[in-house]
Amino acid sequence: MADKNLQNYWKKNLNYLYMLLGVWFLVSYGAGIFFKDALNNIKIGGFKLGFWFAQQGSIYVFIIIIFAYVYLMNKLDQEFDVHED
Amino acid sequence: MDVKMWTYIIVGITFALYIGIAIWTRAGSTKEFYVAGGGVSSLANGMATAADWMSAASFISMAGLISFMGYDGAVYLMGWTGGYVLLALLLAPYLRKFGKFTVPDFIGDRYYSNTARTVAVVCAIIVSFTYVAGQMRGVGVVFSRFLEVSIEMGVVIGMIIVLFYAVLGGMKGITYTQVAQYCVLIIAYMVPAIFISMALTGNVFPQLGFGSTLNDGSGVYLLDKLDQLNTDLGFAAYTDGTKSVVDVFAITFALMVGTAGLPHVIVRFFTVPKVKDARKSAGYALMFIAILYTTAPAIAAFARTNLIHTVSNKAYSEMPEWFKKWEQTKLIKFEDKNGDGIIQYVKDKEANELTVDNDIMVLANPEIANLPNWVIALVAAGGLAAALSTAAGLLLVISTSISHDLIKKQLNPNISEKGELLYARLAAGGAVVVAGYFGINPPGFVAAVVALAFGLAAASFFPAIIMGIFYKRMNKEGAVSGMIVGMLFMLYYMLKYKFGIFDGGKDAVDGLKEAWWFGISPEGFGTVAMLANFIVAMVVSKFTPAPPEAVQHIVEDIRIPRGAGAAHAH
Repeated sequence: MADKNLQNYWKKNLNYLYMLLGVWFLVSYGAGIFFKDALNNIKIGGFKLGFWFAQQGSIYVFIIIIFAYVYLMNKLDQEFDVHED
Repeated sequence: MDVKMWTYIIVGITFALYIGIAIWTRAGSTKEFYVAGGGVSSLANGMATAADWMSAASFISMAGLISFMGYDGAVYLMGWTGGYVLLALLLAPYLRKFGKFTVPDFIGDRYYSNTARTVAVVCAIIVSFTYVAGQMRGVGVVFSRFLEVSIEMGVVIGMIIVLFYAVLGGMKGITYTQVAQYCVLIIAYMVPAIFISMALTGNVFPQLGFGSTLNDGSGVYLLDKLDQLNTDLGFAAYTDGTKSVVDVFAITFALMVGTAGLPHVIVRFFTVPKVKDARKSAGYALMFIAILYTTAPAIAAFARTNLIHTVSNKAYSEMPEWFKKWEQTKLIKFEDKNGDGIIQYVKDKEANELTVDNDIMVLANPEIANLPNWVIALVAAGGLAAALSTAAGLLLVISTSISHDLIKKQLNPNISEKGELLYARLAAGGAVVVAGYFGINPPGFVAAVVALAFGLAAASFFPAIIMGIFYKRMNKEGAVSGMIVGMLFMLYYMLKYKFGIFDGGKDAVDGLKEAWWFGISPEGFGTVAMLANFIVAMVVSKFTPAPPEAVQHIVEDIRIPRGAGAAHAH
């Protein structure tokens, strides 16, 4: 594959990483730790929202992040024709 | 039938199952022994990874810890799951494409240096031994409590079982046994949790029951009630916690990065056929882990509520049977300080009369909730599955480090496949015996050392691997000095603030808390040591020659998925 193409592929991959790791950081460190007290003023059912993110929500979002990455990369691999057979 | 009978039956069936699988999947080549032939489906690998990852600590101790820590318990919940995001996005696909057998393999090849390889081998062995000692201890505790054999006997039985399938089957045997062990442990964890959630809140799903109203007709939310119970007794509100924000951040980060840097977790992603599968497999692994990890905080809250209701301001003479039974193991202690025969369970150390060990929250939970005997036996089998599956994964890392990274790659490169396989089996056998010894004679510092294991993985492996993939210019000088500085820095902080070595021993540790750097505990210091590693590596690499052309090509090559099969056959 041409070098130029490879660079584009890698750049797109890095963009996905910035985006998804941004979400990763926001739900865990943002919602679950730094802004927990502010979010705790909101209640959903019996859960204070900051507490819920720290003990439940962030874990659900982590799973979604990984499968989103799987989906995006499978598409990207096809697009740049670097997928495995 | 009584609990003991049920335990013999259920534990016996599960052990027979593990041994059966081991015989059916014995390994014939080093490739099968090290990476299960590279042919494990991503779903099966996800399940095996989950069992490998969830140790006796996750199964037995975590919910109890959270129960006493409240909100602060989130450091474990997020720390031990968030690392999988890093694995799936930053490590697994590239290491799978690289296609060798071990983490030191990658470090040694990428940094074209046997020094780097040796540093990696030493880290891998220290981290894995630390961990495995804790697992064998867990096996001993479960055996002694539920089957009433001595802890020593329990450890020996555990050793024989692990020895059997790890030595015979290598990674292949371990993988398929772990799939079975995952099923056992998750059923054992969920059944009591569902029963208790139903009883306390009427909700079948513990994850939701935890945020529901109590079943007693009061219409009060469980967590509100628990906040109030806690504050009434002088503890911090359950949903608030007591750690500083910066420390919660540092611990969570160190655990996440440490998880992503643990060799026994990383090596699991060498076993799937394709790069695509490595990504997906990390997702499945986290999904299977999350079933337990989202249930644990619910169990923690239920158990805390039940405990306070049962013991607080109640007469000692009216305590239920489980209370007396666990008193014998010294995991519950009652001391009637004011002599009124009533249990005062409060925050104030002078007035508090009850101490409860973290570990009994999960193990005693079915008894506290009056569940049938077979459920109690199931929990014992689950605890054993969690401990054995993790122990086996760790033993494999140790044996591979010795037979592959030391003997094959450094001491005797001409060794035959058969010879290497023999060494791998011998090393696995030797490692089981050492682990068993530590299980029977646990060094007093096991818990502290496990925290150190995460710190070390965070401070050494994680930066070296990340820069190896994402920073082509990183050279051996940079990577090696980064790993060494990170590791020594972590060791120094741990020895000073966790063991008090420079200030007159363990007793000085509490007094040193004021002096923590930036208010960060030794458990969270891996975050700082990791940064130090990155910075040192970057600076040193700027002043030393770029890596050879061939190495830069390796980096380019691992960044694209195509050709993973070819890279694998070497």
